[in-house]
Amino acid sequence: MDSASAHHHEEHHDHHELGWWQKYVFSTDHKVIGIQYGITGLSFLLFGFGLMMLMRWQLAYPGDPLPIIGKIVENVLGEEAFKDGVMASDFYNELGAMHGTIMVFLGIVPVAFAAFGNYVVPLQIGAPDMAFPKINMASFWSFAVGGVIMLVSFFVPGGAAKSGWTSYSPLAAVNGLHENMWMTGQTFWLLGMVMLITSSLLGSVNFITTIIQLRAPGMSWMRMPYFVWAQMVTAYLLLLAFPPLEAASFMQLMDRVAGTSFFMPSGLVVNGQPWAVAGGGSPLLWQHLFWFLAHPEVYVLILPGLGIVGDVIANGTRKPLWSYKGLVYSTMGIGFLSFVVWAHHMYLTGMGSKVSTFFQTTTVLISVPSVVIVTVLLMSLWGGSIKFTVPMLFATGFLPMFGLGGLTGIPLAFNSIGLYLHDTYYVIGHFHYIVAPGTIFAIFAGVYYWYPKAVGRNMNQFWGRVHFFGSFACMNGIFFPMFLQGMAGMHRRWYDGGAGWDLTQNVLHWNPFMFWSAFILGLFQIPFILNFFLSIKFGRLVSDNPWDATTLEWAAPSPPPHGNFATQPSAYTGPYEYSHPEVAADFSPQWLPLPEKTETLRGDGVTEKARPNLVDQAMVDSPETQPRA
Amino acid sequence: MEIPYTVTPRPDTQLWNAKIGIWLFLASEVMLFGGLFSGYVFLRLGAEPGFWPHGLLNVPVGTMNTAILILSSVTVVMAWASLKMRRYTHYLVYLGATIVCGLIFLVVKLAYEYPQKFDHFGIYLKEEARLKYEPYLGNEHLAKKGLAPRTEITGHLHAVDISRDGREEEVEIHSPSEVSHLAQEKGVQILGYHINLDTENADPTNPANDRPHFWHKPPSEKQAHVEAKDVLWATAFLPKHSNYFATYFTITGLHGLHVFGGIVVFTYFFFRSRKMYDAEPEHLANRLEVAGLFWHFVDLVWIFVFPIFYLL
Amino acid sequence: MSTPSTHSQPGHENEHAAVTVHVRAYMLVFGALLVLTGVTVALSYFDFGSMQANIVIAMIVATVKAGLVALIFMHLNHERRQIYVLLAFTVFFACGLFFLTWLHYWDPIRLPH
Repeated sequence: MDSASAHHHEEHHDHHELGWWQKYVFSTDHKVIGIQYGITGLSFLLFGFGLMMLMRWQLAYPGDPLPIIGKIVENVLGEEAFKDGVMASDFYNELGAMHGTIMVFLGIVPVAFAAFGNYVVPLQIGAPDMAFPKINMASFWSFAVGGVIMLVSFFVPGGAAKSGWTSYSPLAAVNGLHENMWMTGQTFWLLGMVMLITSSLLGSVNFITTIIQLRAPGMSWMRMPYFVWAQMVTAYLLLLAFPPLEAASFMQLMDRVAGTSFFMPSGLVVNGQPWAVAGGGSPLLWQHLFWFLAHPEVYVLILPGLGIVGDVIANGTRKPLWSYKGLVYSTMGIGFLSFVVWAHHMYLTGMGSKVSTFFQTTTVLISVPSVVIVTVLLMSLWGGSIKFTVPMLFATGFLPMFGLGGLTGIPLAFNSIGLYLHDTYYVIGHFHYIVAPGTIFAIFAGVYYWYPKAVGRNMNQFWGRVHFFGSFACMNGIFFPMFLQGMAGMHRRWYDGGAGWDLTQNVLHWNPFMFWSAFILGLFQIPFILNFFLSIKFGRLVSDNPWDATTLEWAAPSPPPHGNFATQPSAYTGPYEYSHPEVAADFSPQWLPLPEKTETLRGDGVTEKARPNLVDQAMVDSPETQPRA
Repeated sequence: MEIPYTVTPRPDTQLWNAKIGIWLFLASEVMLFGGLFSGYVFLRLGAEPGFWPHGLLNVPVGTMNTAILILSSVTVVMAWASLKMRRYTHYLVYLGATIVCGLIFLVVKLAYEYPQKFDHFGIYLKEEARLKYEPYLGNEHLAKKGLAPRTEITGHLHAVDISRDGREEEVEIHSPSEVSHLAQEKGVQILGYHINLDTENADPTNPANDRPHFWHKPPSEKQAHVEAKDVLWATAFLPKHSNYFATYFTITGLHGLHVFGGIVVFTYFFFRSRKMYDAEPEHLANRLEVAGLFWHFVDLVWIFVFPIFYLL
Repeated sequence: MSTPSTHSQPGHENEHAAVTVHVRAYMLVFGALLVLTGVTVALSYFDFGSMQANIVIAMIVATVKAGLVALIFMHLNHERRQIYVLLAFTVFFACGLFFLTWLHYWDPIRLPH
C-alpha cells in the first residue's frame, strides 16, 4: 500500500534500479513471490516424499537395514535415528509427524494456495499486483522462517516432533522431555506453526482484499474464473479457521515451557510418575481447537486444486463449464459447512451420542456440495471436443482419483463405522486419494498449464505424458492397498507395518508392493524436475496465449512485466466463452467483446444446431455474459 | 500499471484497500481471541468446585488500566478527527497522548501487576487434609452460606522446611522462585511451608471475607504451617498455578503484545508523518484510521478481559 | 467518514462539519464507557443470586461497552456493505467456536468407571 500515487515518479525510477536482492529475493512483485512459494513448496513436497519413503521402507521390511540412505541419516542425525542402518522407532514417529506437517503446511498449502494464488489471481482479475505487496513479501518470509524452524527441529536434542501431525495432548505436551523445553522438537513445531499461521493470515488478508478491490472493469463476481472463486473461499477458510489453532498452539507452548495444564487432565501419570502440574485441563480442548482448523484445512487443500482443474477442463474441453454458478455456490456452501463438521474426527473420544449425531448429520450434508462439484466437472467433459494436453491429462486424471477419495470418505462420516475404521490405513488411503492423486495432480496440471505464462516457453509434452501415466499408475499402487489393509484393521501408526499382529497377516504382502510403487513414483518425478528446469532455457517458444484460453491472464505478455498489463484490460464476457456459436474461433477471450450479433441470440434467428446444448444457451443468455452497456 | 484504490475508494465497494485489509485482519483476531476465550469457558466450566480462584487480582489497578485504555481509544480517534480537519498539531498531541496511555498500561501491567502475582504463593490442599486446615479455610461456614469451598491457602511464603540428605532444616524464603530451585537440588525434599496468610485464610469465617474485596489487602501477620504431605499442588501465582492464571497470563500476555505493537506503529507515525501530511493528508488520515481500528479492537478485547478475570 | 464522491481532495467544508459532529459523539461515548466501567465493577460486588446470573449481567454490560466502541469509535454504525458481509462471516464462525464449548457440556463424555 506504499506505492502511493504521489510518489509515482520516484517509484517508477526505482523499478529500473532494483538490485538483484530486491528483484529476486526480497521482491514485492506477486509473480516473483508466487514463484518463490512454488519452488520452496515443491521442494518441501519432495522432502516430505523422502520422509515417507523412509517410513515405507521400514513398513515393507521392518527391522532390515536400509541400504546407503540409512548410513547417511545415521551419520547426520546420530544413532537415535538409525542404528546400523535400522530405523529407530522414535525416529519413525518423527518421520510420521513431520511428513504430515510438511506435506500439509509447507507443501500443498504454499503451492496450491499461495504459489498459484499469487501468480495467477491478480492476472486473472486484471490487476497490476496484489493489494499489499509488502505484506505479501512478509507472508512469504514468515513462511520461509517457519519452514526453517521445522527443518532445524530435526537437529535439536531428542529430534523433531513425534506426536503425529495432529499433536494431540497430553502426549505432545510431555514428549521429548528436556531440561530446556525450548530446545525440543515439539516446541520448535509449535513455534514453526505460529510462523506458518501468521504467513497464511497475511496471505489470506491480501488475497481477499485483492479479489474484492482490484478486479478489472467489467469483472463482476460471476465473471471471475472459477479458480479465483476457489482461492477466495480458501482464503476465507484460512483467515477464520487458522487463528483458533494459533491460540491452541500458544496454549500448548505454555503447557510445555511454563508448566501450565491447559490440556493436561488431573492425575496424569507419565513414565510411571505422577505428572507434576496443577491439572484440571482437557485433552479434548486441544482436539476441538485443532480440528476446528484442520477440517476446514482439508478444504483449503482441495479447493485450489478444484479451481485449477475447473480452469483447465474448460480449456481442454473447449466448452464452458457445465453450470458455472452451481460450482461457485457449491464452493461457498462447502466453505460454510466445513466449519461445523470438525468433530467427526473425534468419534473415538467417547463424545456423547447427541454430539456425534449432530456432526454425523453435518458431515453427510457437506458431501452434497462436494458431489455437485464433481458432477459439474464430470458433466463439463460431456460433449466436449477434448484436447488431451498434459494439463488436461492431469485434470482428467484428477477426477476419478478425487471421486475415489471422496466416496471412501462417506462411510467415515458415520459414527459406528468411524469407530471401526478410525486410525486405520483406510483413513490414510481416503485422505491421500484426495490430497495426493487429487491436489498434487491438480498442482501438476497447474504447473504445466501456467508454465508458458511464467516463462514464455512450454514444457516438453512427451515427458509430461510420461510423468502423468507413470505417476497415475504408481499413486494407485501406493494408496489403493491402504483400503484393503485398513479394512483388515491395520493401525496407521504401527512401526512394524503390522508384522507383529495376527489380524494383518493377510494384507502384509501389500507393504513391499506399496514401497516399490512409491519408489517408482519417485523415479517418475525425475522427468518432471528436469523438464521443469530445462524448459526455462530449451522449451519451445510459445505465444502469449498458447492454449487458446479465455481468461485474462493470457492477455498479458509472457512472462508478464512488472505491473502485468500495458493497459488496463476489461472483462466483457464470462470466464469460459469457448465454442461460442457466433465466433469463428473456438474461443472468445474475456478481454474482447463478443460480436454485436450476440444480442439477438436471446430471441430467434439461431437454429438449434448452432447451440451445442441448452446449458450453453443458458450461459449465453445470462445477463452476466452480455457485453457491458 | 499502479495499484489502484490505495487512497481513494473503489466506486462499487466504496472502500479503499487498507480498510478491507484491516477488517479482515481484525476478523482473524476475533477468531484468535475467540479461541482463547472459548478455551477459558471450556476450562472454567470443567473446573471442580473450589478450583477456579476468585479475587486474586488487583481490581482498582485493573479499573484504572481499563480507563486508561478507553482514554487512549478516544485520543486516537481524536487524532484521526484532527487530521480530517487538517490540524496537524492537534493530531500530534492526541497521538502522543495515545502513546503515553499505551505505555502506562504496559508498565502498570508488566512492572506492577505481574510481579505482584509472582510474589504471591498458593497451596492447594488434598481433599482428605482439608479438615485439618479448617481454621484457615472456614469451609463449614462457607457451606452454610451455600458458597463454594476453599481448597487453597494463599499468602506470602516465609520459609520452608526441607530435608537435605536426611538432615531437616528450615530455610528462609524471600521469593517463591527459591522454592522451585530448592526442590530441584539433589537430595533435597520439601517437608512443609510457613506462610503469611492472606486475610481470607487468616479470618475465614468473617462474612466480610466471603466475597472478594475491591481494595487489595496485604497479607496479615498470622502465619500457618502446611505439611508437604497434605499438599496437592503448591506454587507462586505463575501460569502453572492453575488454569485460571494460565488463561489470565496467556490472554493478557497476548493482549499486551498487541498493545506493544500498536505503540510501535503510533510511534512510527509520530515521528514520520510530516512528509506524508504535506503531500497527501488524506492518505495519512486513512493510515491512522487503519491503525486506530486495530487499537480500538485491542481496547475492545480488554473490555471483555477485565470483567472475566478481575471481577468474575 | 468520507462520502462516496470524495476523491483525493475532500469537500472540505462538509467534511469539517461532519467531523465536528463525530467529535461530540466521541466525547459522549467516552463518558458512557467510563460510567459503564464503574457499573461493571460495582455490579461485581452485588450478588444476583447465582454465579451464572452474575456472569450474564457482567457480560451484558461488557457487550454494551464493546458495542459502543465498535459502533462509534470503529465507525461500524455507517460502514460499507462489504465490511458487514465479512463481519457476518466472522460472527458465524466465532459462534461455531463457542458452540464447541456448549456442545461439550450439553452432552458430556462419559468416562468408564
